[in-house]
Amino acid sequence: MGTELARAVIDGILGGGIYALMAVGLTLIFGVLDIINIAQGVMVVLGAYLSYALSVHLHLDLFLGLLITVPAMFVIGVIIQVAFIRPLHGSERTSMSLLASYAVAIVIEGVLYLFFGPNFVTLTASYATNSFALLGFRLPLIDLYGFAMAVVLVAALYLLLYRSRFGRSVRATMQDRTAAMLIGVDVNRVAALTYGIGVAVTAVGGMIFGASGGGFNPNSGYDLISRLLAIIILAGLGSIGGALVASVFMLTLESIVDIWQPNWSVAVFYAALVIVLLVRPSGLFGRQAARAQ
Amino acid sequence: MSSYRARFLTLGMSAAIVSAMLAACSSGGGGGTSPPPSSSKPILIGASLSLTGDFSADGKAFLRGYKLWVHDVNASGGLLGRKVKLIYLNDRSDTGQVVTNYTTLISTDHVDLTFGPFSSLLTTPASAVAARNGKAFIEGAGGAPSVFTAPANQQAHNVFDVSLPIADEMVPFAKWIASLPASQRPKTAAYPMANDPFADPPVQLTQSMLSKAGIKTVYSHIFPAEVPDYAPAADNVAATHADVVVLGSTDVPTVNAFVKAFQQQHYTPKIFIAAAGPDQGASFTSAVGVGNASGIMVPNAWYGGSPNPESQKMVSEYIKIYHGTPSDINADVAEAYSVGQVAQQAVEHLKSLDNAKIISYLHSGVTLQTVQGPVKFDSLGRNGAATTFIFQWQNGKFVQVLPLGSAGSVPILNPKPAWK
Repeated sequence: MGTELARAVIDGILGGGIYALMAVGLTLIFGVLDIINIAQGVMVVLGAYLSYALSVHLHLDLFLGLLITVPAMFVIGVIIQVAFIRPLHGSERTSMSLLASYAVAIVIEGVLYLFFGPNFVTLTASYATNSFALLGFRLPLIDLYGFAMAVVLVAALYLLLYRSRFGRSVRATMQDRTAAMLIGVDVNRVAALTYGIGVAVTAVGGMIFGASGGGFNPNSGYDLISRLLAIIILAGLGSIGGALVASVFMLTLESIVDIWQPNWSVAVFYAALVIVLLVRPSGLFGRQAARAQ
Repeated sequence: MSSYRARFLTLGMSAAIVSAMLAACSSGGGGGTSPPPSSSKPILIGASLSLTGDFSADGKAFLRGYKLWVHDVNASGGLLGRKVKLIYLNDRSDTGQVVTNYTTLISTDHVDLTFGPFSSLLTTPASAVAARNGKAFIEGAGGAPSVFTAPANQQAHNVFDVSLPIADEMVPFAKWIASLPASQRPKTAAYPMANDPFADPPVQLTQSMLSKAGIKTVYSHIFPAEVPDYAPAADNVAATHADVVVLGSTDVPTVNAFVKAFQQQHYTPKIFIAAAGPDQGASFTSAVGVGNASGIMVPNAWYGGSPNPESQKMVSEYIKIYHGTPSDINADVAEAYSVGQVAQQAVEHLKSLDNAKIISYLHSGVTLQTVQGPVKFDSLGRNGAATTFIFQWQNGKFVQVLPLGSAGSVPILNPKPAWK
């Protein structure tokens, strides 16, 4: 039993890293722009497909391919923000953003169906199926890399937000958009860049998701979005580091339940969210201010 | 001005979504490049298919099968001298949408015949709509027991599944293992099952049969069908080091997730069978790799290399249009094509599109022929004439291996080769 439990915890921690990679962009976008990007799941799949295209057609290693997919996703993110999110104003902005991002998701899904068809594909690489032996356990390399990437990206985003001039502008916008404008922050530029960064980091999540799972097709994003939303709500909306902790917590809990009753694992995933929110309504690391936005 | 722009954009967005949804739900015309048969008014066939959503890969393969049949029937003069036109709507793999779609097909489009969707999950609610409207519901991918025992079907007896009833589909496999000499018989077995009406019944029956044969169950759990990550369940199976894995899978990603996790855990089961996924031709081998596919088995009633002359004709036509090899063809294509064949034979025999007469005829005990083999329905619409085969991937080819000694069966690759 101890071995099973230890393996479940390992699975949860490593799986949590992958989910953090997919969720961190979502929470960043919410924190700054005050919008829920329903398209995030489809963005993950788009990132996976970009890696797939580079791998199949240019035979680029998946990690090397990120040098292309991350900037490409950044540009896509900026275009989406400027074209569809920026024009939304007024008291209904947040709810309208749901509609706008849903429309974006449908369009991206349609384009992916057009180019790649409905069949499931997977990202292949030697490290996607190899593992590393440690204390009697075999740790999948792709999951280890995913977890390492999650830690690095969360740290990088933290440094960007808290140790740079741009980060000060972002945080000022997060705290009070009007006040930020009054002190000279170009909030439109901050919003576009932040949305671009949020989508760009999703390229990494998409690649790891595509290489670690059983396969994906243009529709796969919809299975992800509810879980990603649950993670960032549990973390506290807008909390970057919290997204990593919440991902690890949720996935570990799910893996442990999986030992005895796999069919209950998903229910427990969401039950944990409800229980935590009853005790801490702002999430594990959320600020009251973040929820008050 | 800004507010006006926002409203305009919102309106535009709404229009875009509605347009996209309408486009997704748009109907398609009948296939066929040959000139239409003589009569002017076409016979309308209505089907709801999962062109997006979880079942989209199967849904699109089904559409190919239906279109191929429409093409063939029109090329040979149509049905009752009239051109056949297929109207299909996208149900997005959703049980609510499939009900709406069949209601639309019957009430608005006034289709003459209804063909089934993909999956047992969607067939049950869809067939109830057809029952309420007095329509025969001929389908090829709703073989779960729950489809036949649904109250609507028990009352209307309108469901006709041209494929194999899935509950018994792994019986030849279980019988083969039980028949092995004690020295060769596996000792332990694991039974991971996705929570799906299609996936679980055959695995549970296999578990029961193998337990009686003295094979110890070391894992038997149902896991959620729609989680994006099956690694924890697969890792738990790998930890048991079971000799046999009987996977209650619904699609390619489920099987591939287990294959990937088994590779990572350096565990190769000696015998590996999955309820669904390995039957999806090139979709399967491209996901798991040709080398890894070797030795994996799957139950079914049809394969691309079937000696059935009608099947060979369909396969050559399919390859002419879509290219590839017989092993690349998804078994869904044959299931859909068989639906059309059964409807065609019933209509031609009756010289009528009267659904009550069709229901009565199909329940008369008549044996019909399809690309999947003979079809004969029992009182609940199960195909009692279907022969269950077990297929196996061997060096990139999808071959029939069970029942042993059956025409077309080749020796089983046992034990399964190590992962590549």
